[in-house]
Formats: sequence, C-alpha cells, structure tokens
Amino acid sequence: MATCLCDAFFDDVAKATVQVLEYLGVEVEFPADQTCCGQPAFNAGDWKASRKVVRHVVDAFKGEDPVVIPSGSCAAMLFHGALLEFEKEDDLPEVQQLANRSWELLDYIVNGLGVTEWPGSFPHKVSFHRSCHLRGTCSGPAALQLMESIDGLEIATFGEAEQCCGFGGAFSVSHPNVSGKMGQLKIENILAADPEYLVAADMGCLLHLGGIVDKGGKNLPRFHVAQVLRDALISANLLPAD
Amino acid sequence: MPTKSQQEIDRFARDLKPDVYQSVYGGTKATTEKRYEVLFRDYPDPDLLRQTAGQIKQHTLENLDKYLPQAEAALKANGAQVHFASDGDAANRMILEIMKANGCKSMVKSKSMVSEETGLGHYLEDNGMKCLETDLGEFIIQIDNDHPSHIVKPVAHKNRRDIAKSFEREGLGDYNDDPETITRRARKFLRGKYFEADVGLTGANFVSAESGRLTIVTNEGNARFCMAATPIHIAIVGIEKLVPHDRDLALFTALIGRSGTGQHLTSYTQFIGGPKREGQPDGPEQMHVIFVDNKRTEVLASQCSEILRCIRCGACLNVCPVYRQASGHAYRSVYPGPVGAVLSPLLAGSRFPELADLPKASSLCGACNEVCPVNIPIPDLLLRLRDKAKTEHAEKAMKGTPPMGMFGLLASQPHAWRAAMTMGAAMNLTPDAIINIVPPAAAWNSCRQLPKWRGGKFRNWMKSRSKN
Ligand code: SF4
Repeated sequence: MATCLCDAFFDDVAKATVQVLEYLGVEVEFPADQTCCGQPAFNAGDWKASRKVVRHVVDAFKGEDPVVIPSGSCAAMLFHGALLEFEKEDDLPEVQQLANRSWELLDYIVNGLGVTEWPGSFPHKVSFHRSCHLRGTCSGPAALQLMESIDGLEIATFGEAEQCCGFGGAFSVSHPNVSGKMGQLKIENILAADPEYLVAADMGCLLHLGGIVDKGGKNLPRFHVAQVLRDALISANLLPAD
Repeated sequence: MPTKSQQEIDRFARDLKPDVYQSVYGGTKATTEKRYEVLFRDYPDPDLLRQTAGQIKQHTLENLDKYLPQAEAALKANGAQVHFASDGDAANRMILEIMKANGCKSMVKSKSMVSEETGLGHYLEDNGMKCLETDLGEFIIQIDNDHPSHIVKPVAHKNRRDIAKSFEREGLGDYNDDPETITRRARKFLRGKYFEADVGLTGANFVSAESGRLTIVTNEGNARFCMAATPIHIAIVGIEKLVPHDRDLALFTALIGRSGTGQHLTSYTQFIGGPKREGQPDGPEQMHVIFVDNKRTEVLASQCSEILRCIRCGACLNVCPVYRQASGHAYRSVYPGPVGAVLSPLLAGSRFPELADLPKASSLCGACNEVCPVNIPIPDLLLRLRDKAKTEHAEKAMKGTPPMGMFGLLASQPHAWRAAMTMGAAMNLTPDAIINIVPPAAAWNSCRQLPKWRGGKFRNWMKSRSKN
C-alpha cells in the first residue's frame, strides 16, 4: 500500500519502497484501486466515514498476501485502529484478516523477512525521529538496526526524542497552536544535534516537521528510511541510479 | 506566532503566560525523566508490572459487586462506619451531617481528588464549617482561591515567586522565595491547626477488600496528622479504589511513587483499617468511610471502563506534550491532561457536550499509555469518545476539524480518487476533499508549508514499469 501521502506528495518514498522490496526478492503488486487507509476520518472521530474507507481497503487488498506499508501510522490504522472501529460490526472478521497480514515496512523487512543487515554506504549524519505510531511496535528498533548496519551512516541522537512531533492528523489544524509549538520544540532539539538529514518512517511526521522547517527558512533535508536504504543499495551498485 | 483557533484548549495554550509555561514544562519534564530513571533502574521489566497492575485493577472493577461488600464488611468488623454516596452532593451532605451530629466546627483536610470533584471545601465553608487544606500545594491553592492544575502537584502552574508573594500577602512572613523557607512557614502555621480541628479528612489511594485497610500516601505526612490529631476521621473514597487483597498493595505502592514522582516509595505511607481500639494509645475515636459513586457505575458500563483503573499518579500529565503546552487549567475540569480528557467528559454525565472537545486535544501520540502504571489504553479511549461526540453531534468537539464525509466518499471510490489525485497536480491546487488529509490551508499554513503536489506520479511510474 502506497499510502495517500505518498500518492499525493511523496512519490519517491513509494518508489524507494518498491525498489527496496524488489531488491529483497519480493514481488510487489500495487492494487490500483487503493486510496487511503481511513485514518484521517478515524482520528477525526468520524468512524462512520472511516469504516466506509476501511471497507474499501479490505476490498482493494483481498487475498492472503502481506500488505506492506511505508508508514507507521497507516499500518497501525490497519492492524489496530480499524479493529477498534469495527468492534461491533458484522464484517470484523474480514478487517481482522487484513489486520493480521498488514505490516509496517521496516518491521516487515527485519521481522518478516529476517533481514537484519543492510549493504552499501550512506556517509551522512542522520537523526531518526521515532514516530509515535512505532511506539510499542518492533518498527523503531528495526529501522535503527538496519540503518546502524549501513557503512558510514552516523546516528545523531537528540533531546526529548520520545516526544511527539505534533502532527496528529486533523489535530494539526484543529489545534494549530499546540501542534505548531510541539513541532518547533522537536525541530529545535533535532537541529541542536546538527544532522545532515532528518529520517523517519512516517510521512505524516515528515510532512509536518518539514513544513515547519521550510516555513522557518531553515535547512534540514528529510528522508524516509526507505530512501536511505535505496540510496545505500545504489552506492553498492546493487541498484541502478536513475 | 498566534494563530486563530476554534478550540478552547488550543487558545489557552496560545495565550499561556511564559512564566506558567516554564513552570509546567520544566516540572513535568523533570518528573518524567526521574520516573524513567527510577523505574528502569529498579526493575528489569517495568512493563510487566504495569500490565499486571492493570489486570488486577480491571479484574477488581469487573467484580466490584463482590469486592465492595467485602470491603464494607471488613471495615465494619474493624469498627468503622461505612457510607455510600451516589453523587458528590450526597457525599458532601453526609460529611456535613457527621460533623453536625458530633458538634464539630472545623476540619483539617489532606489531599483528595474526590473531594475536588464534590467541591467539599466550598460546600463546608458555605455551611458554616471551617475547612483547611493541609497539603502544601492545596493550601496554596486555597489561600489563592485558585484551582489545582495537576492531580499530584496542584500548583504545577505556579513558581516559587508566585507562592512567596501569596505567603507575604497572607501574613505568613516577609517575602522569601526559598522553597525550604516556604515549606517551614507552612508547616509552622499548619501544625497548630491540626490540634484545633474536630475532624480530619483524607482520601485513600487504595482500599483492600480483604481487610478494609486504606492506604494513604503523601510526601508531607499531613494525612497522618489529620488522622492522629482529631477525634473523627472521615475518608472519602471513589468506589474504584479497591484492590482485592492486602498483598496487592505491595505492587501498587511500588508503582504509585515511582510513576508519580520518581520516588521508590512516597515519604509517608499510611495504612488504616478502623478507629482506635481499646488499649491503643492514639488514633481517631470514630472512623467513617464514604464510598462515592458519582457517575462511576455509568463509566463502568461505558466503552471506557478502563479509565477507572486510574490510580491518579499523574504520570500521563507529566509526559503529555499537550498538557505541557497548555497546562492543567486549559482542561476546565478537576482532572486535566490525558486522564482528564477521558474521565472529565464521562464524569460530566449529561453535560458531556460541554467537555466533548477535551478528547480532541491530543495528537494520539500514546506517551500516556506508555507510562501509565495500570496500562490504560488512553488513546483508544480518546478515539472512542471522539466517535461518541460525533455520533451525538457534540458541536464543541467538531470545531476546527475538517468534515470527513466528502473524504470518506472519495476514498472509497477509486476512480474519483485517482481523478482527484491527478487533478490536484494539473491545477497545482489541491481538491478540498483530499486536502482534508492534510487539512484546511489557513490553519496548516499558519506555521507550516505544504510540499508540492505530486499526485499520480508514483502510479505512472508503476505503470510504466509493468509495461516494460
Ligand atoms: S491514567 Fe494512568 S498515568 Fe494517568 S494518572 Fe491515571 S494511573 Fe497515572
């Protein structure tokens, strides 16, 4: 699943995801009927609208294959949120079936495929923002494990790393002041660590943090972990640069 | 830069005085760090403890009909008098009646969140009784005629200069903002008051159904003085405070100090199961335990019963990025922060719509759940309440949130979705229903910028590859 943010803004992240998975020998299908995971409406409290979208997701991703998602929050929507809003619905079993085979990308690579090391090099200092939807899942450690195994990649840790970036979907507009202040604080902490790139595994966080950086006229390039993995592959000639 | 906002908590955060922000932010951050350090140094797997404690509490809640009578019987056997109050008013009336029946005029009171719920202090004053808060934080709130902004640290929004000014104003000495001096002055003032009072009131952190034993934890020893110096002890206790056995107290006392203040154990831990027995040198002659329902059975029957596990440690407030930005008063209720965002609208009963916006004030980051010593899935509960607000058309909750009807329609129709994706690029203007994913421009652009629209690009790339 590409996620709607990649569909709308971050096509290169989706591309990198496909390339990384294919390098690992995974055959990637992209069901053209996919739209969004339903999370915006779910978080906004409009579960009726959200269930409509989730039903569509169930339909678009029929079958037994794993559904791999380059976003912690969209993945969590499928394996956790959707179950919550379908608790009392008749089609809960179908949603549960999809939940059982939904994976966040890095969790899938490390714990699904058993790949724990990554070839190539990425000679840069990066800060990794552990998105909140990775809390309590295996994705955060998986992302770090892979990145730490890449030649030349240096992780710059920063203060208050546990804190949320302040995005929160509709929260970012219903509570623009709190959301903005949370984001500023995060950016200050990250900039203090002086990384070359800000890396995360959720484009929601990066959209929000990137928006604050750009608005403030600061310079902090952003990367999804998939893009780092892809560039490392290119550096080792395991993937053609295009 | 200040941004227009339709949500009260957001406006409160926007207009928060820098001093208050500093107090709240600094205090909560330090406590969170201490909690982490102590918990992880002392236990190899604190998560297991949190889960166990959560299960014990959930079990107790689901079997309250068994444990409540058990606790009542045990307390009575110990010589205590047990009362049940269906709501706050009933609890207040009972307390007033006990005081009148015994010719009492004044009460010393230690910290109790239920008494905040019932508004006991003001009720007693209105009925001609004296009521003095003896917890330092609550004492400051009382002399300032203010409201607590944190469930463990009521004065989280004040700094020592504020407090020194209040003490000076109240004639407790010249201006001096040294914390030790402030504490010593309060202590000197309060010490005599214990002996003048007729009644001591406490809450209870835990009640063992097995023995009826109340556990009361403080850092100032004031609860102990309230019980020791007065002939009548009244304990006001929410019915959710039960645990099945005395042995459970080991787990809960270990967790509450570490979670709340980063202490191994609070400085004072009191156990009391009844009034003074024959031959016992001191202790209250009468002990009354008032179990308060005040909407708790309704919450128990709701989809959010897990919130009743709460042991009021305050850890979720301390770690919450929204609480840190907005402070406790932003929540307009007795319980602020994540726990309050769930509990307050529920305790409001039919006045739910008035507080229906509280569950919206969260990025759902889950930090609260991660620290909660009884593992309450707070984000899930916030989401359930958002659904409830929407279903019940609670207007306050919906303000500022983009309507999702159009989004739901579009995101369930692949053709329309694809068209919208490419249209966005063609017009370099984002169709409304999709921008709802990354919502209304004004609020978004106030402090953020949107990247360029690239809808359809990835799909074309995928397509071009499958042709090769
Ligand atoms: S909800 Fe959990 S963390 Fe928050 S005050 Fe209650 S017990 Fe503590």
